[in-house]
Amino acid sequence: MFGYYFDLAWRSLRCNPVLTALMVLAIGLGIGASMTMITVLHVMSGDPLPGRSAQLFYPQLDPRGMEDYGQGEDPPGQMAWIDAMNLLHARKGVHQAAMSGGQVTVRPVQGGKRAFYSDARFTTADFFAMFDVPFAQGGGWSAEDDDKQARVIVIAKTLADKLYGERQAVGKILRLGQNDFRIVGVIKPWSPIPHFYDLTSGGYQDGEQVFMPLSTALALHQGIGGSLECWGYMSFDHLDRKTAPCSWLQFWVQLDTPAQQQAYREFLVSYSQQQKMLGRFVRPPNTRLHNLMGWLDYNKVVPGSVQLQTLLALGFLLVCLVNTVALLLVKFLRRGGEMGVRRAMGASMRSIFAQLLAEATLVGLCGGVVGVLLALFGLWVVRQQPAQYAGLAHLDAPMLYATFALALCTTVLAAMFPAWRACRLPPARALKIQ
Amino acid sequence: MHPILSALKHHKTTVALVVLEIALTCAIVSNALFLIGDRLSNMQLSTGVADNGLVWVSSNSLREGGTPGSAMSLEQADLAALRGMPGVTAALKVNSLPLLNASMWRSGISVQPGLPKATFNNIAMYLGTPGIVGGLGIRLEQGRDFLPQEYADYSPSANQAPPSAVIVTRTLADRLWPGQSALGQPIFMGEKGKYVTRVVGVTTHLLNPTLAGRANSEDNLLLPVRSIPGGMYVLRTEPSVRDAILRDIPTVLDRVDNDRIITGSNSYARTVSDYFHDDRALIWLLLVVIGCLLALTALGVVGLSSFWVQQRTHQIGIRRAIGATRRDILRYFQAENFLIVSGGIALGLLLAVALNLLLMKQYELPRLPLAYLPVAALVLWSLGQLAVLGPALRAAAVPPVVATRLV
Repeated sequence: MFGYYFDLAWRSLRCNPVLTALMVLAIGLGIGASMTMITVLHVMSGDPLPGRSAQLFYPQLDPRGMEDYGQGEDPPGQMAWIDAMNLLHARKGVHQAAMSGGQVTVRPVQGGKRAFYSDARFTTADFFAMFDVPFAQGGGWSAEDDDKQARVIVIAKTLADKLYGERQAVGKILRLGQNDFRIVGVIKPWSPIPHFYDLTSGGYQDGEQVFMPLSTALALHQGIGGSLECWGYMSFDHLDRKTAPCSWLQFWVQLDTPAQQQAYREFLVSYSQQQKMLGRFVRPPNTRLHNLMGWLDYNKVVPGSVQLQTLLALGFLLVCLVNTVALLLVKFLRRGGEMGVRRAMGASMRSIFAQLLAEATLVGLCGGVVGVLLALFGLWVVRQQPAQYAGLAHLDAPMLYATFALALCTTVLAAMFPAWRACRLPPARALKIQ
Repeated sequence: MHPILSALKHHKTTVALVVLEIALTCAIVSNALFLIGDRLSNMQLSTGVADNGLVWVSSNSLREGGTPGSAMSLEQADLAALRGMPGVTAALKVNSLPLLNASMWRSGISVQPGLPKATFNNIAMYLGTPGIVGGLGIRLEQGRDFLPQEYADYSPSANQAPPSAVIVTRTLADRLWPGQSALGQPIFMGEKGKYVTRVVGVTTHLLNPTLAGRANSEDNLLLPVRSIPGGMYVLRTEPSVRDAILRDIPTVLDRVDNDRIITGSNSYARTVSDYFHDDRALIWLLLVVIGCLLALTALGVVGLSSFWVQQRTHQIGIRRAIGATRRDILRYFQAENFLIVSGGIALGLLLAVALNLLLMKQYELPRLPLAYLPVAALVLWSLGQLAVLGPALRAAAVPPVVATRLV
């Protein structure tokens, strides 16, 4: 039955190649444009750590002074050293880590290679376990290493390959700036998208190449970067990051059960009260505990321009659809005579409807193919842009299927109304005109 | 007019669909045109720096344990080497440049002494070593360049007294002292405004290193300093040898001291052009979308009109037989198209305003100036007429004899 319908559809489409091409092109353009932008949006707003993200939380405290105080204001986006250390040592979560981004000067010893800068993450021991960082060799460092400011580092596979090639990197000594560090672990390529744990230097930067204990980095004056929010006047030239009234650390905690999460919320409030009693905090307790995806939302990680372009692409798709509905309507109504003959010979309204939908399905399939080709081209264009996220724009298998599904669904939906109108034409009238 | 309307009544759904398509196109096209205009006007902002032949390079020394004095002498040695390159007419150091797209020091200032809190916040601070005004080609509208003795040792991060002289932009001067001359006015900085500096000059334009929207894009101060830790070298070159100099800079700097990392270098013209890369990409995207939309709408109109012409061949024949001229038939289809497109435009203008309100709320875009609406309307009218011309000509070519034939 359907074979027959598709045969009829194919003949009818071939009868009017210009109109058919127009419809296929319209759907293809609409699908191509919208899928390009939806894919970019999908990549950019994805879950950076599937399976783990629901247990990761970002606590916020408010240690600022009373100047500029406003009720209900959001606390600073980062944490001061003292608070981060207190929360870290309280060990109220399953895992917790404080961290900051920065830069180290890598000085290769052999071959007279020039020194170069590498992005670094200065953090505490739990970082690797909490974020499920995959190791190629060795492992992370211990909390004890944190305490005694051990000169150990973990490096990324790309850096290890660059420095040591095929040779084992773990156990080697690497000179960073003026100090020597022992490599204890090498991690496999790992670069969560978005770069959720530190959004201060853009949401889509690459993963770091060097990981170092935070305490060691501070003691050895490594180049700590990122943003620094301070309150009150002070000199920044000899800034002591441990005592300055500034927030500059990201802090993450893993809380597995709702009970743990509730307990942690209460802990943050009681900690704030305790600090206020001690005189360090002056504001009433003002705490937040975002989960990972909530934290990304709160920071509006997906750039407005990408959302705007997606909106534009969807508007474009809408116009393409209206265009298709109008063209299909014209096409179907024009064949009133043919329908009349089939009805008069006993075809039911339903079979006419099914036949017309089969025709639309064919158009939708062709439109889907054109759409996928255009989306591939569109994503290639996006990848040529210098934006941080550009390199991520690829069409994966689910999005490919989604493209076809979208093309088919929209075309069949667009065909519903014209097909319904066409199959309701009274057969007698159509025959009479003939 | 009347027969056209009653004929259209027979095709209510089809007409409604075309009207809807034209309305959506109108709404999207007018907003897209507006976005293009908005970005273009941003890109035409004057940086205030003469970019012809200007290049910059930033380098970090890896020598540690040095004193501020040794850093300063390295800076002097670098500058001397750079000035020695053939084709270089000036070399100096700055902390940042307009549209460099890097963060820079921002500070709060007041125009009255002793206030507990600064009244004007987030004012960007440009620092420059001797020759800054001439070297960058900054144009002074009022006042004078810095005097040699005004260049002081100063770091904005150190909570110390600033140099005694400062140059402000015209925009900032108008904000700080509305209706008064800015020359000689004091600016108070630091905790409780305990330090003072005086305005010696006013620049016509000087953009901030980054623009956040259109507002306050020229809120900055220019301070004369003797040395800038970090920062970047700026060279004014003969435009013809600019790229050669840019290529040779690393070698020249390495000859002074090779224990360094050159962290970036570019010609200033390219830096400004890079700053607007996203805007240009968006403009191209919008142009492509506008082009596709208009093409699609035009093709849709062609398809529909062809169908109607075909459907009405018989009636056209009858009209021709009872005396209508070819011109009458042509006019009929053109008038019909004009009516439909007008309906679409009327609805489309409402949609355009609604879409703009949504964009304003979601993406902090400015309000759509009403001047864009007639432009979009005009584009669609001409597009409609162009699209209907082919089918209408075909209709006009229908011979009267068709009336005598049965279909």
